[in-house]
Amino acid sequence: MYVESKKGKTHRLWRFHGGLHLPDNKRQSSQKPLRQAQMPERLILPLQQHIGEPAQPLVKTGDRVLKGQIIADSDAPISAPIHAPTSGKVSEISDQPIPHPSGLSAPCILIEPDGRDEWGELPEPISDYRSVTPEILRTRIREAGIVGMGGATFPSAVKLNPGRPINTLIINGAECEPYITCDDRLMQDFPERILNGARILLHLLGAEACLIGIEDNKPAAISALENRLKDDDPIEVVSIPTRYPSGGEKQLIRILTGREVPSSGFPAQLGMVCHNVATAAAIADTVLEGRPLISRLVTLTGKGIAEPGNMEVPLGIPAADLIRQAGGYTGKASQLIVGGPMMGFDLTTDQAPISKGTNCLLAPSRAESPIPAPARACIRCGRCADVCPVNLLPQQMYWYSRAKDLDKVQDYNLFDCIECGCCSHVCPSQIPLVQYYRYAKTESWTKEQERRDAEHAKQRHEFRIARLARLEAERKARLRKKKEGLKKKTTAGKAGGSDSKKAAIEAAMQRAAAKKAQQQSQPHNTQNLTPAQQAQIDATEKRRAKQVEPTSPTPADQE
Amino acid sequence: MEFHTLSSPHTDRPNSVTAVMLQVILALIPGVIAMVWYFGWGVLINITLAVSCAVAFEALMLRLRNRPVVPTLMDLSAIVTAMLFAIAAPPLLPWWLTLLGMAFAIIMVKQLYGGLGYNPFNPAMAAYVLLLISYPVQMTSWLPPMLLNEHPLSFLQSLNIIFTGTLPAGLTLDAITMATPLDEMRTNLDMNNMISEIRQSPLWGDFGGLGWEWVGNWFLLGGIWMLYKRTITWHIPLSFLVGLVAMATLFWLFDPESHPLPLFHVFSGGVMLGAFFIATDPVSACTTPKGQLIYGVAIGVLVYIIRTWGGYPDAVAFAVLLLNMAAPTIDHYTQPRTFGHRGSKASG
Repeated sequence: MYVESKKGKTHRLWRFHGGLHLPDNKRQSSQKPLRQAQMPERLILPLQQHIGEPAQPLVKTGDRVLKGQIIADSDAPISAPIHAPTSGKVSEISDQPIPHPSGLSAPCILIEPDGRDEWGELPEPISDYRSVTPEILRTRIREAGIVGMGGATFPSAVKLNPGRPINTLIINGAECEPYITCDDRLMQDFPERILNGARILLHLLGAEACLIGIEDNKPAAISALENRLKDDDPIEVVSIPTRYPSGGEKQLIRILTGREVPSSGFPAQLGMVCHNVATAAAIADTVLEGRPLISRLVTLTGKGIAEPGNMEVPLGIPAADLIRQAGGYTGKASQLIVGGPMMGFDLTTDQAPISKGTNCLLAPSRAESPIPAPARACIRCGRCADVCPVNLLPQQMYWYSRAKDLDKVQDYNLFDCIECGCCSHVCPSQIPLVQYYRYAKTESWTKEQERRDAEHAKQRHEFRIARLARLEAERKARLRKKKEGLKKKTTAGKAGGSDSKKAAIEAAMQRAAAKKAQQQSQPHNTQNLTPAQQAQIDATEKRRAKQVEPTSPTPADQE
Repeated sequence: MEFHTLSSPHTDRPNSVTAVMLQVILALIPGVIAMVWYFGWGVLINITLAVSCAVAFEALMLRLRNRPVVPTLMDLSAIVTAMLFAIAAPPLLPWWLTLLGMAFAIIMVKQLYGGLGYNPFNPAMAAYVLLLISYPVQMTSWLPPMLLNEHPLSFLQSLNIIFTGTLPAGLTLDAITMATPLDEMRTNLDMNNMISEIRQSPLWGDFGGLGWEWVGNWFLLGGIWMLYKRTITWHIPLSFLVGLVAMATLFWLFDPESHPLPLFHVFSGGVMLGAFFIATDPVSACTTPKGQLIYGVAIGVLVYIIRTWGGYPDAVAFAVLLLNMAAPTIDHYTQPRTFGHRGSKASG
């Protein structure tokens, strides 16, 4: 299939297997102008809003912070700092509910805004980014706390250091999940920021070309970006067919270039790097203005929300505050989903905050998200396999997951599953297939961890046995040497005739021998021991031997 | 506000087993009407009887197995099994054979293996084969199609024959029944008659048996509707027909006087019903796309082999059951290539 882009170039498109045409339900929110969210009474900033190590707080309770100030950071290679979204006081550092599928709480920094919205010191803008090295740009992106804003939240600076030559930059504006329109709104309202981000990334990566993939149900976004393209931009805006999940990184790369990212591999292996449009915009903000990642666009939608639409919100704003600003609940809200209906997860409470990866709050009515009918037996119809975008056999994976045959389910490439939900959606028996795969994955990870732990313990044990044997051998060797030395000395002494010194030694030895004979004639307290006592003595001896030995460090010691 | 949580996807699921089975039942209707038209009321009586028996046995077994009775019955799968059996069986089959067939299909072949989804064999075909082997006379006593029928039976007469075995006054069983075109062709070929001679008989239509050949078209129509509704995919029906036509064409070209036209094979016996409604039974068929093609072709080839050189005039039921047995193995070796993997992988 071919599409024509604005520049008159035709671009060939490829297909991925399966996928779904879903009712997109985007008009409810995409037709409304972008609104600015009001600053709430408190902001809740989780220390982990990204994949990798959590950030460590750099502020204490009671500290005053300024807008854009780094309040938590980490030295770990895969991590991202957190910034204060406004000026105010750190009121608390404690565990709070976070937007996470587990529904658990995690450490957060709570800020009480002072209403002055006073900026702290920001790094200098790098307006001539073409004159600086990629390293400087990467550092800037890292310090700005930018992570993948399509929901993956992988630290962007790490992704921009692929260690391989990159020829194509892919910008993901597909936004294939139903209901979500924040990227659409961003592309329509701020095309320049996205294009600037793409230009910076092209320079940073040394890439020759950039493809921006957008589903064809967003014509306004496509033309907004195309209108801002300069003639010398090596950037192409490509309209792709609306087919869920075209916005999956590997699926989008397949559609745009016809190439398949290897299983458990990265796009960089094909000379590509893929970033979301919102990430590109955030990168432009930080490079050209020095502004860190402290806000994002969020879609509020579903029949449960009174005024659906998109808002630009400070990170850390509790979902409840945001929904209040969107007119509150309609009374129909039966769930609160972070993300879209296909891959989003439910919140147990609306007190959880918006974090860097939260692109949508969906409060559907029961009609929009009905409670699934009880699962029936699988009739092996294979519709799941027809729609699987990874070309798996979901049905077989289901059988083996159910049977807890984790090896077999991995033979069917369980870990290639992207949990897009297509199979569950079409299953006529209403089997929650994705849930089975999540179960099988976590169970496999646990098993793998247990296996590794056991292996580790076994290795340590074997090292210990080997070390003790070596120590024993060394001790014996030393004793033998000593004995031999003594023997040599005595024979040498005898041969050397008797002078006064030798006579004195001879006498001392005789005395010692007499004393020993006398001691041996008396009963020893180490005689007639119980086995337990003997064991204890042996252990003590061993310990002593160990202390005396100048041992070289063994691998077990190093651990 | 606190919410309760569900697992994604959070969507209104468009499909259900009941809808799938209902589509199969609706798709059977044109063929059933055609059969009633050509072969009389017996077809309808058989279907009603078989459906009642199947539902009763299914309910009984669900009860014994402590499964929810009414919700499970609502999947309509017992009705589909019963209809397929009754359509495949001769129109005047004695009632107790239908009862026996359904008892075997539902109790032994389906429920004892665990109910819908767990049966390795197609229940309707297993029952058909059981009866064909055990009661070959009753199972091969077909009525002549309406166009040739000198003694059309009324509804009450049909009812009487099925339930009491009493024939209308002055008629014998031989007078009202007739061999199927496949049987006829086979017997004649065994007597070394040439096809051109055999086809002189008035019971032949354009390419199959008069009347018979048209019933297949109506099942084809239902099958195409199921393809359109995506109740089934094209893989099994098409490969089944391709396998059969390929074999038939090969031998027909080789010797057209002793091998009937490929179209004769396609529009005779249970081929259309088998290709679209029986071989496509998802529970007992292959599930991988490549596996389905192998499965379909193999059934087509087997149908030809058994019809031509085997002991029975028709072979769809045997071919389907044989391939049901092979389905898990075929699936095992036809795993599709997963995205991002090199080459297809047969798991070890």
